[in-house]
Parts: sequence; C-alpha cells; structure tokens
Amino acid sequence: MKLITHNFLSSKCMKGVNVGFPLKISASDVKVTEVDFNPEFVARIMQKIDYPALYTATESIGHLEDLPKQMVENYENDEHFLKKVHHALLQLEVINGELICPETGRKFPITNGIPNMLLNEDEI
Amino acid sequence: MFPCQKLRVLEERLQCIEEFERPKVLLEQYVTPSHLGSHMLHTIQSQYGDIDQKIVADLGSGCGALSIGASVLEASQVVGFEIDKDAIDICLENISDHDLTNIDVVQCDVLNLDNTYRSNKIFDTVIMNPPFGTKHNAGIDMKFLETAFKLSNNVVYSLHKTSTRDHVLKTAKLLGGEGKVLAELKYDLPASYRFHKKKCVDVYVDFYRFEVDKL
Ligand SMILES: C[S@@+](CC[C@H](N)C(=O)[O-])C[C@H]1O[C@@H](n2cnc3c(N)ncnc32)[C@H](O)[C@@H]1O
Repeated sequence: MKLITHNFLSSKCMKGVNVGFPLKISASDVKVTEVDFNPEFVARIMQKIDYPALYTATESIGHLEDLPKQMVENYENDEHFLKKVHHALLQLEVINGELICPETGRKFPITNGIPNMLLNEDEI
Repeated sequence: MFPCQKLRVLEERLQCIEEFERPKVLLEQYVTPSHLGSHMLHTIQSQYGDIDQKIVADLGSGCGALSIGASVLEASQVVGFEIDKDAIDICLENISDHDLTNIDVVQCDVLNLDNTYRSNKIFDTVIMNPPFGTKHNAGIDMKFLETAFKLSNNVVYSLHKTSTRDHVLKTAKLLGGEGKVLAELKYDLPASYRFHKKKCVDVYVDFYRFEVDKL
C-alpha cells in the first residue's frame, strides 16, 4: 500500500465512526520502489491530498526524510518540492503492518502490501 | 486520437495473466478474455486518452487483467478493489510477473467502498468488469456503477449484459451519468456462469462509456 492510497482511506464505513481519518499506520515492513517522476501528475493529485495526513503518515513509517511540514505555496512549478511529494506518495510502500481507526482503535491488517478493509457484519 | 501502445502488444501482455485457481461462482469470478480486455483498454486510451497519466480505479479487480492493462498503458497510478483474498494473491503474482510498480490493491467490499474513502471523485477514470448479478445478487452491477460514479471525477467504463441495456442507461441517468454503448461484445462465459440452461449460449455484453459529474 502506497501512501497515496492511505491518504484516501477512512474507517467511516464502521458503525459509530464519524470521520475515521486519517488512519494511523503501524508498519513493520516498508519498501521503497523507484517510480517514474511525473511533475504534472503530482501537482494535479496534490489538490486532492490531505497534506498533514501525508506528513504524519510519512513520519510514522520512519521515512520523513526532508518532506517539509508545511505545504509549499505555488507548488505547481516547484519541481524540488513535487519530487519530495512524489517520493512520499508513490515510492514508499507499506508491506506489512496495520492501519488503525483513530476513533475506535479497530485494526486493519496490511499483509503483502494489501490493506484489508473488510468488516464483520456487526461492525457495519 | 491519443498516443497508445499497439493493440497486439497489449493483448500479448494480457494473454499471460494467471487466472482464478478455484473460481468462486457466487462472486462471478472469471477473467476478462485478453482479446476483449485489450480492445477495451486500447479504445479507452487511443480514442479518449483516459488512461495515460491518469489515476485509475478497477472495481472487482480479480486477477488484475484490467489493472495490469491500464498500468501497461501508462496510468500514473492504478488502484484495484477486490473482496477475495485468493484472487488478490494471484493478482499480486501477476503484477510482479509483469514488473509493474504503479498498482495498489485494497481488499474491501465494493458495495461499501464509498464509505471506505475519505472523499469521492478521487479517480479520473474507473474501469470495471463487474459481477453481472445472478439470482442471488440481482442488481449488483448497478450498485458497482453507483459506486463508480461516486469515485470518478470524469469517466467510467464498464461491461453489462446487452439484455439489460435500457435499464442500465436509465439507471445511469438517474445516478448522474450519461452513458453510451461503444461496442457490443460476445462473451463466452465458462459453463458455470451461463445465465441459461441451454448449452453453448454466448452472453452478449455491452461495453459502455459513462461521463459523470465532474465536481
Ligand atoms: C467478472 S470478475 C472480473 C475480474 C477482473 N476485473 C477481470 O476483468 O478479469 C468480477 C470480480 O469482482 C469480484 N467481486 C465480486 N463481488 C465483489 C464485491 N462485493 N466487492 C469487491 N469485489 C467483488 C470478484 O471476486 C471478481 O474478481
């Protein structure tokens, strides 16, 4: 699971959960994969990214590196910044670990890179 | 016309996809045949430019045929959503056999997916070959369509039985999507999935393009 996917997942599918975002990450195994850098795509997807959640996720898996805490203004033409975001969003992958609902503590296992968001019937 | 990988090359890639080991009939598990899948994806990219540099969702991604095809056609990121762990395991093997690095798979129930996402309209393009809905789960393909419309900020491509065309177009309109049939295809389903008792019945399916509310 890449952090771009994490940035969109929530646990509000569960009964009683209001926001369910961002899910906390506890990672036991993280992989870094080389992915082609496409500044236009990253700039476009940034409009939908929750930046503080991305920052916290990157930090919690121990790969903060030099991602700035605050989002840069006018990032569209800031290749330097977009490259850092590219790395965080698309090159970092949680292979094993857990996603944790911020409201209930319910854990969603991540195995072989696949987050399991399935719920039991009594949780819906 | 948009730049696109050659159809033949795409089809060859899709031909070497491992299929479901023990297909689960209730989940309607069958792989989109490579000649159909490659034609669909080639049309989506070459006619409409809806894959290259896009973020693409594949609902009911199974062994990954459509996800892998979209990745081969240079989607920036593909996310497959699939309920069944066994299918996902085969999909992961296929992704690694094809050396692709831009596909994520999430195990979830598509019928619950819009609540598993923080916000909607994340994806540029949604592609799917949904379960058609047998007696046990009639209407499931319309539920997939409804979810697809919520996730997409632009366009949805899908397959539905030709016999349900009026219903599909009407439902799509109600859900806020303008549908168009791009092609009528003959689909030779494995025997266990035939909708009729008769032998040798091909199933006719429509290949749709739906334009959805941008927002
Ligand atoms: C017709 S197959 C298509 C598989 C693959 N997309 C392809 O084109 O080869 C439908 C897929 O949807 C999955 N599926 C069925 N119901 C589902 C649900 N409620 N949520 C997620 N996936 C589901 C099945 O397990 C199966 O893999």
